[in-house]
Amino acid sequence: MLKLISRRLIGMVPLLLIIVTITFFLLRKAPGSPFASEKGFKPQVIEALNRQYGLDKPLHIQYFNYLKGVVKGNLGPSTRYVGRSVNDIIWEHLPNSLLLGFTAYFIALLVGLPLGIIAAVKQNSLVDYLSMATAMLGVSTPTFVLGPIMIILFSLTLYILPPARWGEMRHLILPAVTLSVVYIAYIARLTRSGMLEVLGADYIRTARAKGLSESAVVMRHALRGGILPVVSFTGPALAFLLSGTIVVERIFAVPGLGNIFIEAANSRDYFVVMGITLFISIALIVMNLLVDIVLGLLDPRISYK
Amino acid sequence: MNQTTQLVELVEGTSLWQDAWKRLKKNRLALFGAVTLILISIAVVIGPMLSPYSYDQIDLNITNQPPTFSHWFGTDTLGRDIFVRSLVGGRISLMVGLVATAVSFVIGVTYGAVSGYFGGYVDELMMRIVDILYSLPYIFLVIVLLAFFSKDITMLFIALGAVSWLTMARIVRGQVLSLKNQEFVEAARAVGVSTPKIIFRHIVPNTLGPVVVYTTLTIPSAMLSEAFLSFLGLGVQPPLSSWGTMVNDGISSISVFPWQLIFPGVMMAITLFSLNFLGDGLRDALDPQSRKE
Repeated sequence: MLKLISRRLIGMVPLLLIIVTITFFLLRKAPGSPFASEKGFKPQVIEALNRQYGLDKPLHIQYFNYLKGVVKGNLGPSTRYVGRSVNDIIWEHLPNSLLLGFTAYFIALLVGLPLGIIAAVKQNSLVDYLSMATAMLGVSTPTFVLGPIMIILFSLTLYILPPARWGEMRHLILPAVTLSVVYIAYIARLTRSGMLEVLGADYIRTARAKGLSESAVVMRHALRGGILPVVSFTGPALAFLLSGTIVVERIFAVPGLGNIFIEAANSRDYFVVMGITLFISIALIVMNLLVDIVLGLLDPRISYK
Repeated sequence: MNQTTQLVELVEGTSLWQDAWKRLKKNRLALFGAVTLILISIAVVIGPMLSPYSYDQIDLNITNQPPTFSHWFGTDTLGRDIFVRSLVGGRISLMVGLVATAVSFVIGVTYGAVSGYFGGYVDELMMRIVDILYSLPYIFLVIVLLAFFSKDITMLFIALGAVSWLTMARIVRGQVLSLKNQEFVEAARAVGVSTPKIIFRHIVPNTLGPVVVYTTLTIPSAMLSEAFLSFLGLGVQPPLSSWGTMVNDGISSISVFPWQLIFPGVMMAITLFSLNFLGDGLRDALDPQSRKE
């Protein structure tokens, strides 16, 4: 296990180097510059600004300077928000996105798992069909359609929750629920198929044969194997969650990382775009590693050599 | 398994596709999805031609009207007909779905087949590249591509197609690995069939089952990505309409003119719903083992 972790962490280094290189040259080769949009600047002012941010040096020197900074954990300055570093911007907005994402995923597990288990245990019953049809509806409703519908329903018709505020726990409800619906649907479907596979296995027959109660068979024996697909879905889910949060942050005006990223991309804030891309990549790789470790702990058939 | 035994004296071999079609016909939800999709496709293709309005026809005398007989879905803030704009948006959406899927099909199948067939170092290298591409936060890269280069629709096609072939390549590779040592391939090799011909004439057709299933699932996800990017203002640009941009435009006036958002939104949800049902039905039909009875 330790071998696996260290090998994967070492493998991260070239991967991150590739990501940094791709984003760096992609951004620099693109037309436009951070200061071109601010019209009315004299050429001398633009030149001075470029010099201040080191953008006047040859591209390869800029690249190595950036790499040096990244190694030291310094992601550079923002060209849009004067005097602020990318690190500051990420640390300020990340907690909001994380809170939103994890609450949504938690809600999804809380609702999706029982839904899938019940559907599997009562296979081909009305409950099964209903929950699977609902799950399909959840998968098919884009977040940006669902969000506004939630606002119409809860903010503009029932007046229970505010449409776009941030700061109290209460304000988290609408965005988190909106974001969770797709995952509820996925998790319910994965749990159902995983449970169905396990419930047909021999060791479940053995458990039943030794006279265990049905709930003990399902909850203690079947569930452990049945939720494996859900655990492996966590990796891709987190990647999805990233794009989901961008939309939800936009609709509900949440001051998160997604909103900042779109703004930065549109205003060519080079360092912010690169910094967030790099940060997200690291987060994704680490989460995928954690998922593999959990899978190995849950499923004795998986061995890492 | 591939034989019908109802008529003993006429035992006829049924192909995978005949078998699949028989199973698909029994699946009401999948058929319902297929019919809805056909209706929507017809509507978005010929609907805009029959309408007296065009998608970019501005009429400031009739802005923000609720649904009426002359404007079935109402009008938007510039007095444009929402019904026609929804249909044109549907055209874009279907087109993106099909083109992105075709790109992912061509690249993914070729890449996966070559990697799986040659095996060894070639396979190792090619799959390592796929692994690396997998771990890129590609939504961010697509946003960067669109925001920094150009926001035109060709870029959108390229960006979406380029990121959706990875899973296809993996699926095809897995299939090819299990097929390449079978007798019929050896036979083809023995009679001197060229390597490209073995791959594309003999092996690839046998991988089509899982490929078709994955393809039907790629279409809705590409459509969703298009709408997502258009929603963020990075995809389809005005005056052209897309379901994503229409929903985005509708949000600002959601409390006063909810129909501007609801019609395109619901139309999109229905389309995705039908596609997913059809995709599920196809998976069950083509891969009966995956269906737990």
